Amino acid sequence: MRLELTPRAEISPWARALAPVAALVVAFALAGGLIALLGRSPLAAFQVYILGPLGDPWALQELAVKATPLILIAIGLSYCFRANLWNIGAEGQFVIGAVLGGWLALRTNGTEVGPWLLPAMLALGALGGALYALIPALLRVRFGVSEILVSLMLVYVAQLVLDYLVRGPWRDPKGFNFPQTVTFDPAATLPAVAGRIHLGSVFALVAVLATAVVVGRTLFGYRLRVTGDAPKAAAFAGFEPKRTTLVAFAISGALAGLAGIVEVSGQIGQLQPAISPGYGFTAITVAFLGRLNPFGILAAGLVLALTFIGGESAQILLKLPLDLTQAFQGLLLLCVLVADALVSYRVRLVATARATP
Amino acid sequence: MTRFTGAIAAGLALALSAGGAAAQQKLKVGFIYVGPVGDLGWSYQHDQGRKAVEKALGDKVETTFVESVSEADAERPIEQLVRTGHKLIFTTSFGFMEPTLKVARKYPDVKFEHATGFKRAPNLATYAAKFHEGRYIIGQIAGKMSKSGTIGYVGAFPIPEVVSGINAYMLGAQSVRPDIKMKVVWVNSWFDPGKEADAAKALLDQGVDVLAQHTDSPAPIQAAEARGRFGFGQATDMERFAPKAQLTAIIDDWNDYYVSRVNAVLDGTWKSGDTWGGLDSGMVKMSPYKNMPDDVRKLAEETENAIKTGKFNPFKCPVVKQDGSTVECKGQGALSDEQVLGMNFYVKGIDDKLPQ
Amino acid sequence: MIVEAILLTIVTAATPLLLAALGELVAERSGTLNLGVEGMMAMGAVCAFAGAVAFDSTVLGIACGLAAGTAMAALFALAVLGFAANQVASGLALTITGLGLSGLIGAPFVGQRREAIGHLALPGLTDIPIIGRLLFGQDAFVYASIALTALVAVFIRRTRAGLVLRSVGENHASAHALGLPVLRVRLLAVLFGGACAGLAGAYISLVYTRFWSPGMIAGRGWIALALVVFAAWRPGWALVGAYLFGAATVLQLHAQAAQTGLPSQALAAVPYLVTILVLVLLSLGRHRAAGAPGSLGQAFVPDR
Repeated sequence: MRLELTPRAEISPWARALAPVAALVVAFALAGGLIALLGRSPLAAFQVYILGPLGDPWALQELAVKATPLILIAIGLSYCFRANLWNIGAEGQFVIGAVLGGWLALRTNGTEVGPWLLPAMLALGALGGALYALIPALLRVRFGVSEILVSLMLVYVAQLVLDYLVRGPWRDPKGFNFPQTVTFDPAATLPAVAGRIHLGSVFALVAVLATAVVVGRTLFGYRLRVTGDAPKAAAFAGFEPKRTTLVAFAISGALAGLAGIVEVSGQIGQLQPAISPGYGFTAITVAFLGRLNPFGILAAGLVLALTFIGGESAQILLKLPLDLTQAFQGLLLLCVLVADALVSYRVRLVATARATP
Repeated sequence: MTRFTGAIAAGLALALSAGGAAAQQKLKVGFIYVGPVGDLGWSYQHDQGRKAVEKALGDKVETTFVESVSEADAERPIEQLVRTGHKLIFTTSFGFMEPTLKVARKYPDVKFEHATGFKRAPNLATYAAKFHEGRYIIGQIAGKMSKSGTIGYVGAFPIPEVVSGINAYMLGAQSVRPDIKMKVVWVNSWFDPGKEADAAKALLDQGVDVLAQHTDSPAPIQAAEARGRFGFGQATDMERFAPKAQLTAIIDDWNDYYVSRVNAVLDGTWKSGDTWGGLDSGMVKMSPYKNMPDDVRKLAEETENAIKTGKFNPFKCPVVKQDGSTVECKGQGALSDEQVLGMNFYVKGIDDKLPQ
Repeated sequence: MIVEAILLTIVTAATPLLLAALGELVAERSGTLNLGVEGMMAMGAVCAFAGAVAFDSTVLGIACGLAAGTAMAALFALAVLGFAANQVASGLALTITGLGLSGLIGAPFVGQRREAIGHLALPGLTDIPIIGRLLFGQDAFVYASIALTALVAVFIRRTRAGLVLRSVGENHASAHALGLPVLRVRLLAVLFGGACAGLAGAYISLVYTRFWSPGMIAGRGWIALALVVFAAWRPGWALVGAYLFGAATVLQLHAQAAQTGLPSQALAAVPYLVTILVLVLLSLGRHRAAGAPGSLGQAFVPDR
């Protein structure tokens, strides 16, 4: 037996909209099976994982905090992924953004500075991320080196750079030689909007809206899509693929870098060896869950943040292991990808017979 | 939509509070771990302590842990423990210091305990263990057991706790063999078995025949076993991984401390403060001395006793730095606690440069 | 003496990388990019260890590792071949799933250990100084990985089936037009990749460290992926690459032990920087993206 795919002539917008929902349901069913295998009640898990956080104002606020870096980075990644460019190194760009922006905060620590400080830090963070992302982009454009590998290798390098700085030259002299910098001044701290929600969440929303406009309404957005979907057509149309590559990587890196400095200045308040629990990697999942659509990414970022927070609740209330959350996230992504295929193709199971050409 | 989720949330809240009412008398104790409980080292030992609490106090407590919590994102899980009714919360890694402090300020009637940090509050106590006491003893053993005259150390990160361990190890070795040489390799990870094994092999290849480690997995001592050399267990008794190579292990034993602190909350005597327990408190334990001649075992036991009874301090003055200068003696006849807690120099005799 | 010892360490560090890279190489030659190597290795490692403990047999453990890697690859194949899903995203999803599932499976096995597996010992030959143990004193995995390199090389270059594999990867439309079973070839190639990744994982939990713990693959799956590109999709070069990377990792540790005074972080970054540098140098010597299968990463849906 084998599966036979036939492209659908017309794709119903309803099917397209409902596909992720269906995928979510299937992923829940699979995860429920896993939970049952572990000898627990899937229904109780569902309540704690999903309904619990959604009915709790505190958890909703935490949801926004957790989703902010994921959405910012994933929006950036969507520029690359649309053009079929595989930037896997957002985690490294996040770190370098935090390092460059954090440098200014440390440099000015303890001195009176004007209101330009925060904007300058944010700009530096975005710049740092963009420059770091341009390394794999340039190597790809100039030498044809795989951007997947270079951007990934640079993640490890970025983490080592941060590690070296906070354990060495940037260490807080009064911190008992522990690996962390001084705490940022209030002037270098991103202000809160409400509770623990900081200005970064606003940036994330702006990024979503701006991207919706750029991708849908501008020539650049069109160029991105054509480069990704039909590279040959793009060449005929006179679109310069090299420029598209560089710009897409720069935007993607800038947003990751911005997320980095936002996280450090709004959340953590200092530089330390660990500043990201893998946001840069999780954002790849977010980008695909949201099918590279800005509003889809917004929703996907919230869904993934929900699984993280629900995962913690499940550990606390049901003593379910953390690995379950990770397995669920992976299965969810697979289901969404398959659901997308089901929308685009008619699938039939046919008995094994030679395919007649 | 709001009404729908609201109704479900209300139902859930009811269900939860009903469950809570039945268990009202139980003290809920929460633990935040930086690694997975299966890391066989740091987090594993803290989880052993959690289990000891459950075993010792049975029905009076309910314990919970959250594992693999990123130091970049710890505030939420800590607060989540508070919000689910936990009244005593242990956060077990240095990187949790700021988030623990933030949450502690927000919830003054919940008690917090932070391992290896230095910031305290009326409801936030700190605790750590003097592992360097054990490292002095294994240094002596290493000095006696080494034939090549070169001993080795696999380090995770050059933070003060690790550096003071390296120094104590060296001082111990020098006390029995003044010309001893030491090589240090940093893995830049607390836990990467493959890399730890490679680091251990690199040291063994360079002539090291007794190996100490301050990383969490049994991989280094296992490498020593495979080469017929010696090693020391870290955090937990690693004898089953290296029955012929393990001379002894420095065990992190949080069991008694956790039980006593939980008890203190139960009977209302809990007070904030700083606990820095060594061999005398049982927070640091040596596993049985094995695979060594009787005179070495005797020496080790004598030193262990001397430290336990306070007759001896591994960092007794004068302590001479790598560059030959003597460290100012701020404690009584020995370096002060602050000096040890913030140690960032190598003692004389270590040739390598301390990563700065 | 020390040279021999260093070389022996390099062999151990390189073998899992080589095994995983060979499997991925074959999968990519068929035109399928599977970024899930890390996840497949994690599952291979945990199932191999669990199997070895449960049946108290290293051989059965290895079989379990192989099966787990293959099963994960089958899941991937279902998504990207059955449903023509995006390969990059599916591969990432496979990695996440594999890491999570391996933690669930492995939890009961934390803290257990296995005995070392046997090494070849040929009286006389194994005792030759320097090269003796290197050539005649390794474990079965090492010889298997070398033999596999040769087999894959011969298969791809010299056999008809290898030709089919290459045609399918180079241009799936023409291959289909020629009547070649594109999807079936890809399925087999992906499954082979999974089996190799499973074997590599088994090596890590049964030989490299001989215990299981979460997160023990520690990024080696990604390095294996890098090696395939490094090798320009040629098995012989995958072997060279794996040993070079193994050497860079081991030598940076030796450089530390030899007390060079450089920051350890700088030394730790060397293997990654070297990989990037080599990728660039290789591309300078060749035409752009030489060797990359033409249809790599593209879904194939046969038209009627």
